[in-house]
Amino acid sequence: MIEVRNLQKHFGKLEILKGIDLEVQKGEVVVVIGPSGSGKSTFLRCLNLLEEPTGGDISFEGQSITAKKHDINITREKMGMVFQQFNLFPHKTVLQNITLAPVKVKKIQTSEAEKIAMELLRTVGLEDKKDAYPSQLSGGQKQRIAIARALAMQPHVMLFDEPTSALDPEMVGEVLEVMKKLAEDGMTMIIVTHEMGFAREVGDRILFMDGGVIVEQGTPAEVFGNPQNIRTQDFLSKVL
Amino acid sequence: MNIFNMAYEYRNFFLSGLQYTLLLAVLGVFFGFVLGIAIALLRMSKWWLVRFIATAWVEFLRGTPMLVQLFLIHYGLATFGIEFTAMESGAITLSINSSAYLAEIFRAGIQGVDRGQVEAARSLGMRQGMTMRFIVLPQALKSVLPAIGNEFITIIKESSIVSFIGVMDLMFQSRSVSTITYDGFTPLVIIAFMYFVMTFTLSKLLGRLERRLNTDDRG
Repeated sequence: MIEVRNLQKHFGKLEILKGIDLEVQKGEVVVVIGPSGSGKSTFLRCLNLLEEPTGGDISFEGQSITAKKHDINITREKMGMVFQQFNLFPHKTVLQNITLAPVKVKKIQTSEAEKIAMELLRTVGLEDKKDAYPSQLSGGQKQRIAIARALAMQPHVMLFDEPTSALDPEMVGEVLEVMKKLAEDGMTMIIVTHEMGFAREVGDRILFMDGGVIVEQGTPAEVFGNPQNIRTQDFLSKVL
Repeated sequence: MNIFNMAYEYRNFFLSGLQYTLLLAVLGVFFGFVLGIAIALLRMSKWWLVRFIATAWVEFLRGTPMLVQLFLIHYGLATFGIEFTAMESGAITLSINSSAYLAEIFRAGIQGVDRGQVEAARSLGMRQGMTMRFIVLPQALKSVLPAIGNEFITIIKESSIVSFIGVMDLMFQSRSVSTITYDGFTPLVIIAFMYFVMTFTLSKLLGRLERRLNTDDRG
């Protein structure tokens, strides 16, 4: 579904990504772990071109999205993204946050979009908040709405950029719960996270990144149970 | 003659002046606003030539006296055969002058919107124009509302310079009344009061709008 070949990203002289190769299958849950500054967020943001790669190639469903003539907006409709800082639209209600893109981008009827939105709100357990503004919600609620907003576009893959890192500890669980449900429903997901317990439980594959490369990858049992690389061992010994 | 008698006796002068002043202010605010948003967007264009022209526009209009601009448009352009009525020249000058100040206000507002807002909108497949219209501009305008209000008040007051080219606004009418009554003081007090009522009302209305927007969201 997603194919990444020799992906590179420089900011001026600074090399953030030094050639990443990855293939993600439909329905797969890939969890990216690694120390801060290892390039994992940049890597994720390259997948929908929020960061412009400086080298390499990314294909999505058989189409190169890094090709000059490709219209990335079409691809972004099929790639949902959830951010560390939620980024809900503060001037819109919860319902409007969710229906805006389906109505404006996909041109579906407002009533239809609201029906989809209400279903999603039920899924994330926040139907009663449909008329609230983001400022009236807790962090965990905001992030669940952000997930619903991304899902409203009916994406084929969901990208999560440290979705629980900005949350108070007691709210992490509710967000992870929603993500777990999503994974069980067969959603293709790529998740950057520091939640090792979650990674182990939900991930089909774990990528350990450090210094702009994928140092090691494998099933959770392999990476967590028997890490091969010294850097992986070192990192895991610090966080586990 | 006391001030109330004068205001009453020459009410036709003052009221007709008020009409011109209000009309000019409305035109200046409206076109200044629309033009200001356009200039602000052009200043953030990816083409340097467009940015340069927009920047030059802002710097020129901010850096030269409005009276000079007014005379350039009314008398200066006339020497090249481009003639406007006094009212037209006045409205054009007020609009372009306020567009420069408003453009700077809008630009600050747009740049003040959190980058994550744009990223979230773009990640949902919204194009740049759509993102600007539905996500960035509404938040930008809200945050700079007090500054916009100041500029509107300035437009009302500064509109008084159009009396120099013969627009029969409040300022012009107060001079007419002075000429007739040989009173150089009272007519000015009357129009000063009238200007004040206009600006004060506007600032109260904007204050109310601000509070209403704030009860919607505080995020």
